[in-house]
Amino acid sequence: MKYLRINDLKMLALAMVIFAVLQLLITGHIMSSFWQLNLIIIGINVIMSVSLNLINGYTGQFSLGHAGFMAVGAYVSIVLTTNFQVPFFFAILAGAIAAGILGFLIGIPTLRLRGDYLAIATLGMSEIIRICIMNIQYVGGAAGFKGIPHHTTFAWVFFFMLFTLFFIKNFVNSTDGRACLAIRENEIAAESMGINTTKYKIMAFTIGASFAGVAGALFGHAFYLVSPNSFTFMQSFNYLIMVVLGGLGSITGSIAGAFVVTFISAALASWPEFRMIIYALALILMMFYRPQGLFGYMEVTNTALFRKFLSKPAVKTATDNSEKGGSANG
Amino acid sequence: MFFEGKKKLAAVLAATMVMGGVLAGCGSSSNSNEIKVGANFELTGNVANYGAASMRGFKLAIKEINDAGGVNGKKIVIAEADNKSEASEAVNAATKLISDDGAKVIVGPAVTANVIAESQVATENKIPVLAPDATSPDVTVENGKVKPFIFRSCFIDPQQGTVMAKFASENLKAKTAVVYYDNSSDYSKSLAKVFQEKFEAAGGKVLMQEAFVAKDQDFKATLTKLKDANADIMFVPAYYEEVGKIVKQARELGMNMPILGTDGWDDKKVADIAGADALNNTYFSTHYSDKDESVKPFVDAYQKEYGEMPNVFAALGYDAGKLLADAIKRAGSDDPEKIRDALEQTKDLQVGTGTITMDKFHNPIKQAVILQNKDGDRVMVAKIMPEAE
Amino acid sequence: MDLLTQIVQQLINGISLGSIYALIALGYTMIYGIIKLINFAHGDIYMVGAYIGFFAITQAHLSIVPALLISLVTTGFLGMVVERLAYKPLRHAPRISVLITAIGVSFFLEYTSMYFVSPTPRTFPAVFGDVAVNIGDIVINGQQLLIFGITAVLMVVLTYIVQRTKLGKAMRAASYDTETAQLMGIDSDRIISFTFGIGSALAAVAGVLVGIYYNSIDPLMGIMPGMKAFVAAVLGGIGILPGAVLGGLILGIVEALVSGFISSTFRDAAAFAILIIVLLVKPTGLFGKNTKEKV
Repeated sequence: MKYLRINDLKMLALAMVIFAVLQLLITGHIMSSFWQLNLIIIGINVIMSVSLNLINGYTGQFSLGHAGFMAVGAYVSIVLTTNFQVPFFFAILAGAIAAGILGFLIGIPTLRLRGDYLAIATLGMSEIIRICIMNIQYVGGAAGFKGIPHHTTFAWVFFFMLFTLFFIKNFVNSTDGRACLAIRENEIAAESMGINTTKYKIMAFTIGASFAGVAGALFGHAFYLVSPNSFTFMQSFNYLIMVVLGGLGSITGSIAGAFVVTFISAALASWPEFRMIIYALALILMMFYRPQGLFGYMEVTNTALFRKFLSKPAVKTATDNSEKGGSANG
Repeated sequence: MFFEGKKKLAAVLAATMVMGGVLAGCGSSSNSNEIKVGANFELTGNVANYGAASMRGFKLAIKEINDAGGVNGKKIVIAEADNKSEASEAVNAATKLISDDGAKVIVGPAVTANVIAESQVATENKIPVLAPDATSPDVTVENGKVKPFIFRSCFIDPQQGTVMAKFASENLKAKTAVVYYDNSSDYSKSLAKVFQEKFEAAGGKVLMQEAFVAKDQDFKATLTKLKDANADIMFVPAYYEEVGKIVKQARELGMNMPILGTDGWDDKKVADIAGADALNNTYFSTHYSDKDESVKPFVDAYQKEYGEMPNVFAALGYDAGKLLADAIKRAGSDDPEKIRDALEQTKDLQVGTGTITMDKFHNPIKQAVILQNKDGDRVMVAKIMPEAE
Repeated sequence: MDLLTQIVQQLINGISLGSIYALIALGYTMIYGIIKLINFAHGDIYMVGAYIGFFAITQAHLSIVPALLISLVTTGFLGMVVERLAYKPLRHAPRISVLITAIGVSFFLEYTSMYFVSPTPRTFPAVFGDVAVNIGDIVINGQQLLIFGITAVLMVVLTYIVQRTKLGKAMRAASYDTETAQLMGIDSDRIISFTFGIGSALAAVAGVLVGIYYNSIDPLMGIMPGMKAFVAAVLGGIGILPGAVLGGLILGIVEALVSGFISSTFRDAAAFAILIIVLLVKPTGLFGKNTKEKV
């Protein structure tokens, strides 16, 4: 464990450097506000895809309803900040808790289902959530909730993203996380080894849902208006695409997936007629050449390239890395 | 190493994307002989047909202006952006138009919610917005205060709702009505509300309000319920695609009462979908009658350009283009704040579908007409001049 | 109108809507049955079918039967091409990658169509006269009867093909275990390709019929019906033909009753709620068989 900490510190230092550079680009007005906004969207998408990865990639439960939890987080937090003047941080927390509780309640019955049946049930749940929001006049109904204070800045997104990554990485490497991995590899075998599969499935689902709530809260405060339209099943597909594109069961992959998908969409913004066609082709081609996603089960810390930079001085860290790789591969 | 074999391809692909992005990011160039105008419309996603039609009308207007020598000796150049029919993407697209493309003014989006979402970023950057089709009063006014940079070039919901309620009770002598509206659209919801208020104020009674969701195909279940209310008229403030189906299915179920609507009906598709027979005995309010001589040049030009009749979205997009060009001309420069001032002072301007004067709430004062569908043709039954405020 | 006639009328509305879901769900379920792929592009194949029918009638001035045949054959062929180009290379890839490819194909079909035919909806010309049957206060439309009839006939024909013919036997074998079937001398690839052909052709029939019935088609028309058809297929037990039809009808009836007696804004929520409740009671759908899983 103590080697892991060293590695964590290194990653944290790296993250701080990245943050400093990006923040400098923003405050120095070197980066245009369009790319600033997209940086925020990338950060939110990273939270979404990493938390979905915990459910789909690490626990092997096929959830297609992540946008629903995001909607809950968004609406709970914007109501709190706009109508009750709750500080932003606590509103995010409340959004996360609300989404987590809902994830827990939905998880108990639906996680008995398997595979595609679970997928359609979770998709249905998220659509039910969205339709309910559409019919609540208090939050603006289908037209959306207007006049949300603009709290989300790059710093908020970045540090919540960092926290999400740290939390989920540690969860995956913990005893509980390993139980989740065992469920992914073979549920029946895991059960016969004495793992309470229902408990761990619900645990993963609840954690994933509450981070989706965090992402939703950040998303809600970035755009002045939030409408149920932003949380359709097409959005859930989008997050699934990010996860699979990056690699199921790889946190690095989810970051890359969120980055690539958001980036393609932003970069093609000037050619609206072709944007979706190119996106579709890119998706199909990527699946042809990397069906396991950009990173597969790999993490950046395992790649030779990265090890060369980070782990030169200590032999200990190298063994630690291989150990980590082993666990991620189940 | 990290990228091996097939990974190379993915790497190349990713690298291309990055390059594309960087190039797109650096794409903004300013040319002193051009005026950059942003167009932020719904080009993909579930209301793409509305946004795309407005974009066509808008492009036609700008093309005509440029062919005639531009404004103040400069050409107007359109920077396009797609908002995927979604509010957060509308903000994203507007930000791109302002920061990367250097747009001095933005036209669009079509849908109210998307304009409202966009309005904040435009206001922060002091870039005027001209919304061609967003009819909800909230677009230009927030908490009783006019948003300084947000304008529209169409009339607002209360105006149409009032006109139709008055028409129903006075001309059609209706005592009872049912309202069938689109729950996913601000436009439809606020019209339904205004209609009920005004109709009941005139002594009528709304027996039942029912809602559908845009993109529905089958309305028979709810129509069966509405039929049971046996009202004198049915009011359907919605867009043409659903309207056509609703009228068709209502008539199939034997609902023969007059059906009333608003400018969302103004598309030949309604007649195509519903059929001329079914569409008899229906009335709707809109901006112009295509038999009007002053509108003919626009209709002809649109037909020549795109080979089809313009619908209401195209017409309003065209109006927005003309209004904008006039404002830029009067501003005398492409300074956003001067364009804003000029937009505010628009007076008696002849655009494609009538004359526009901007009121103090940034809403145009514009005529409305009521058309009746009769055996596949449209007959004007009333022309309502705007009430001065 | 009293309550009873209201209910009967709503049931008729529901059955006619459900027949359309059933027709799309049949193709969905066949394709799922054989390669266990949720073919998200199925709804868009249905849209392409509608457009081909539309152009055959309006541009080539064909009457409905030849137009339907052309649409059926071309769309069936398109389905095979999609399978060959997009899914076959991924036969041994993880299932979720194939699913993402299916989403990609779906986007591709939607937005290339949108590029070529514009997002404006097209109106289908009226090919049948309006025949309405009135029984008391209840109205049944001729086209409703036609759609229901075609769905029923197609279900019977398909069930016959799958249960009684040699081809059907091969399909069932390939569905049970593709590799073993191959060892037994069945050309699994051909069977899979053929299944995609039939499934897509069915979607084309649905597309043209919907075009005629509702009179309007647009490039994104496939998204919601595709999703609903998938729900219908799962409801009935995915991979089982009568299950798809039953699922479609149940879904249609639930939607009609909810619209008619509660509010149509909760219609989709009710449809999903029914699905979830059924799945919780019977996790493999109404007609689904419980397969025992082994380690």
